Amino acid sequence: MADPRITIVGASLAGLRTAEAVLAELPQARIMLVGDEPHAPYNRPPLSKDSMEALAGGQAPRAEVFEKLLLRSKIMPGQIEMRLGVAAAGIESGNVRLEDGALLRSDFVVAATGIRPRRMPMQGAADRRHVLRSFDDAEALAQAMRPGAQMVVIGAGFIGCEIAATARKLGLHVTVVEPAPQPMLRALGHRVAAAMAALHRRHGVTLLTGRSVETFEAERVILDDGKALEADVIVEALGSRPNTEWLAASGADLSDGVLVDDRMQAIGAQNLLAVGDLARFANPLFDDLPRRVEHWCVPGQTAKRAAATIAARVSGGAPAPDFAPMPSFWSDQYGMRVQAFGAPALAETQTVVEGDLTQIGVAPIVVEYARGDHLVGVIGLGAPPALIARYRARLMDALCAPVTA
Amino acid sequence: MKVHVDMSICLLHGQCVIAAPEVFSFDDAGGLVWVTEIDDSQVADAEAASDACPEQAIILG
Ligand SMILES: Cc1cc2nc3c(=O)[nH]c(=O)nc-3n(C[C@H](O)[C@H](O)[C@H](O)COP(=O)(O)OP(=O)(O)OC[C@H]3O[C@@H](n4cnc5c(N)ncnc54)[C@H](O)[C@@H]3O)c2cc1C
Ligand code: SF4
Repeated sequence: MADPRITIVGASLAGLRTAEAVLAELPQARIMLVGDEPHAPYNRPPLSKDSMEALAGGQAPRAEVFEKLLLRSKIMPGQIEMRLGVAAAGIESGNVRLEDGALLRSDFVVAATGIRPRRMPMQGAADRRHVLRSFDDAEALAQAMRPGAQMVVIGAGFIGCEIAATARKLGLHVTVVEPAPQPMLRALGHRVAAAMAALHRRHGVTLLTGRSVETFEAERVILDDGKALEADVIVEALGSRPNTEWLAASGADLSDGVLVDDRMQAIGAQNLLAVGDLARFANPLFDDLPRRVEHWCVPGQTAKRAAATIAARVSGGAPAPDFAPMPSFWSDQYGMRVQAFGAPALAETQTVVEGDLTQIGVAPIVVEYARGDHLVGVIGLGAPPALIARYRARLMDALCAPVTA
Repeated sequence: MKVHVDMSICLLHGQCVIAAPEVFSFDDAGGLVWVTEIDDSQVADAEAASDACPEQAIILG
């Protein structure tokens, strides 16, 4: 395979980083990057934070806001081919069929199509229901974020909570509806989640936990206890669905994203790899259960891995050793940074090692997360990075120590 | 290679300190400091740091 043809589908963080990493390993590769959005690859995290504020507040023209989101790249013009604004429709004998009918012959296909927001099945209030994943979503939502408007956010995960925080800053009245007993419960555990709930309430959010949405009326959201919430803007932030429909005929296991081995190769589909939010892989730092991880750090980590795998297969080289990337994620709410390392979601116990949870948003807090006797994660709440770095090092040592239990 | 961090957009994620501890570090006051002129052996780490920075604040040249 002298000049392998590599088709990367999904032109966002994971797709772009894969193209860069493949070029670095195989300068002769013929790379085609396909994306269904009309935009060049851009960064999503600011969409619920600064960019949303800038778009809604009208401080900056939309082009300027988008310009800041564009991902900088090492790729020179002409080094790869890009097809934007066209979706992949299917896989045919290992090649990629686009929705416009074109067939892209491929020696390797890399799936980087990420996820899309899940929606509530009920009809109603269609003129005011929003989701947030893309720049276009952000623009539409920002238009509706007028000071004094009544906003109902359905789902208190990270994105729902960040939108709520940004909306409060913009002067909206915000109610968050969440079926679980606390916001961000799975990711943060009950003690930190309860502290985050207190932070939101302190900033004027009406947080209705243990509640779900029953129906939508023209201008109201009706909850399962019969309560009616006036709503000028409704945001559905219920979690995600992997974009795997185009892979139906690939032979891969698509039960939740694309199941891949530790080299990012899809199980059941020879020449298919998956990266980013879409990839479901086991991380030997924790255990052997494959999981999808929707953190910004994952596209970069998995892209390098996929490129190394492709390079090894092209040259017939030896596979690289174990893949065990350290997960990290952050969230910004009310000017407070939540910074996590490891996998706090896997923990059974939480120990506050710096500060005091009642001081959330006021003084730095660091919390360690353990499963059995083993540290699996650490989270800083408004903690200076230099402080969290010390606990991250402790976590690293614990995760890399041989397990004797 | 020259290393520059645009402190007007850096939000102190500290990802660069993890990716390239020889190039980036925190000073005693918790601020970010970095080596402005790196040699070839540090370029790969600095590039990894630049990729890992969620704010794209690191400029290599
Ligand atoms: C509002 C928001 C805030 C976030 N904040 C944080 C944060 O604070 N911290 C953090 O760690 N992470 C955050 N994230 C998560 C982070 O942005 C994601 O982990 C990251 O974007 C994943 O990149 P990806 O390339 O795998 O997927 P995506 O960015 O989802 O890219 C997939 C691309 O593929 C395209 N596509 C889908 N189907 C097709 C098809 N059939 N054909 C062609 N193209 C297709 C999609 O349109 C999209 O452009 C946030 C995400 C959002 C949406
Ligand atoms: S990773 Fe980027 S934002 Fe974070 S401290 Fe380094 S330069 Fe600043």
